[in-house]
Amino acid sequence: MAAPAAMIPYFGQQMSSKNDLVPDWTRQEVSTGTTIMAVEYDGGVVIGADSRTTTGAYIANRVTDKLTPIHDRIFCCRSGSAADTQAIADVVTYHLNVHSGVIELDEPPLVETAANLFRASCYRYREELTAGILVAGWGGGRVLSSSPPVAVGGSGSTYIYGFMDSNYKPGLNKDQCLELTAAALSLAMERDGSSGGVVRLATISEEGVERRVILGNQLPKFSSH
Amino acid sequence: MATLAVTRPPFGGFSFENCKRNAVIEGEVNKVGCSLPAARKTGTTICGVIFKDGVVLGADTRATEGMVVADKNCSKIHYISPNIYCCGAGTAADTEMTTQIISSNLELHSLSTGRLPRVATANRMLKQMLFRYQGYIGAALVLGGVDCNGPHLYSIYPHGSTDKLPYVTMGSGSLAAMAVFEDRYKPDMEEEDAKRLVRDAIAAGIFNDLGSGSNIDLCVITKSKVDYIRPHDEVNKKGIRETLMFRRLSFPEYIFMKHMGKAFQMVTVIIQDEEQLFMCVELHST
Repeated sequence: MAAPAAMIPYFGQQMSSKNDLVPDWTRQEVSTGTTIMAVEYDGGVVIGADSRTTTGAYIANRVTDKLTPIHDRIFCCRSGSAADTQAIADVVTYHLNVHSGVIELDEPPLVETAANLFRASCYRYREELTAGILVAGWGGGRVLSSSPPVAVGGSGSTYIYGFMDSNYKPGLNKDQCLELTAAALSLAMERDGSSGGVVRLATISEEGVERRVILGNQLPKFSSH
Repeated sequence: MATLAVTRPPFGGFSFENCKRNAVIEGEVNKVGCSLPAARKTGTTICGVIFKDGVVLGADTRATEGMVVADKNCSKIHYISPNIYCCGAGTAADTEMTTQIISSNLELHSLSTGRLPRVATANRMLKQMLFRYQGYIGAALVLGGVDCNGPHLYSIYPHGSTDKLPYVTMGSGSLAAMAVFEDRYKPDMEEEDAKRLVRDAIAAGIFNDLGSGSNIDLCVITKSKVDYIRPHDEVNKKGIRETLMFRRLSFPEYIFMKHMGKAFQMVTVIIQDEEQLFMCVELHST
């Protein structure tokens, strides 16, 4: 998803187009073009993302971390407008801390709670925001999110639906999930101009969060050229 | 509960009340045949780098108004707190006011906590304010400083997104500056190497981007000190105009005067004929 925020900023950009000295991409909104995905296995969930943030045709950050912690064992994968998703993630992190801080619970918050908080913000301001967010984590009991328990998102996701349909099998273990995620992200990054950089992976389970980075030259290769 | 902020944030939600009004005004103005005034933009190259002991921030000093240079020596590195400085690109007024507002709020916050402010706090205040205005405040910032957790460097975009990186560039000359950084950046550099790198990056912006120019300002922030070096390098010094004059005092004496800025040389010469006079003029004009 590489579109700037919807309706209103149109006029702002027209006014400043008279100044030729300042190039166009400095006024573009920063967007995380992106490929993000999450795969559930028995015991936890593996999430992955690419690391490219663009302003128009310029890569503003080539090592972005799009896997944002919301709570100890709840993460969100961000795609869409960088500013919108960062702001929403900050708001949800705050609310979740208040929720589990003020309302004293014996257990950590559920992933479903975090997802609902995201949904509330995204729906309320749906006209003004451009955001696609995957929420994943380990929250007490296991909640079956979707069937199959795989989710992909972002502009690069369109290139890997076929790959996911053919390669995902139920009953994969943690390492197989990691391999699958890395492979899928590499394929998407190869084909989608708005995705690239390094592959960031995280495994969330009862024991905690394990983060990994796969650099550009270490990515799995699929074609001979 | 008393709030310590200088500006009072609006109550929940976004306010887009003025957008329709602005569109109407623009329509009316265009109908009459005029155009809305262009804000003064700092074309700009700004950048920052983290080195072993701290942060080096750099900026050029040109401010443009359309195609004209409005200010040849404007200061783009703004004070936020004793340990935090911020470079600003985009609309000059926006960067100036935004940094002043956050500097003010941060000082109140620091008095309340009793501690030196953290760079992350300044970052959060800036991004939340810019996001609230949905990109209409044209301020692209490079925020750097040293606090209890070490040196930190952030880039902040007008729509409110931020990136935390070891080296950042912003402004119209950012591509030229980033090319220099990508080539020569190394982690844990010494202070002199870092200053040289930032100086070269800004110079790349100045010489390859029309919107950037004039001098190079640097700001070196470490745990113990802050060096605000303005200017660090005058790469675009205005040339000195030379004028040669001569006057006949009393035949055959001629007095030659060469004016160079504030200094001038004077020399008295005896001239016999016209040809000798021309030769003298040629000689003295070199």
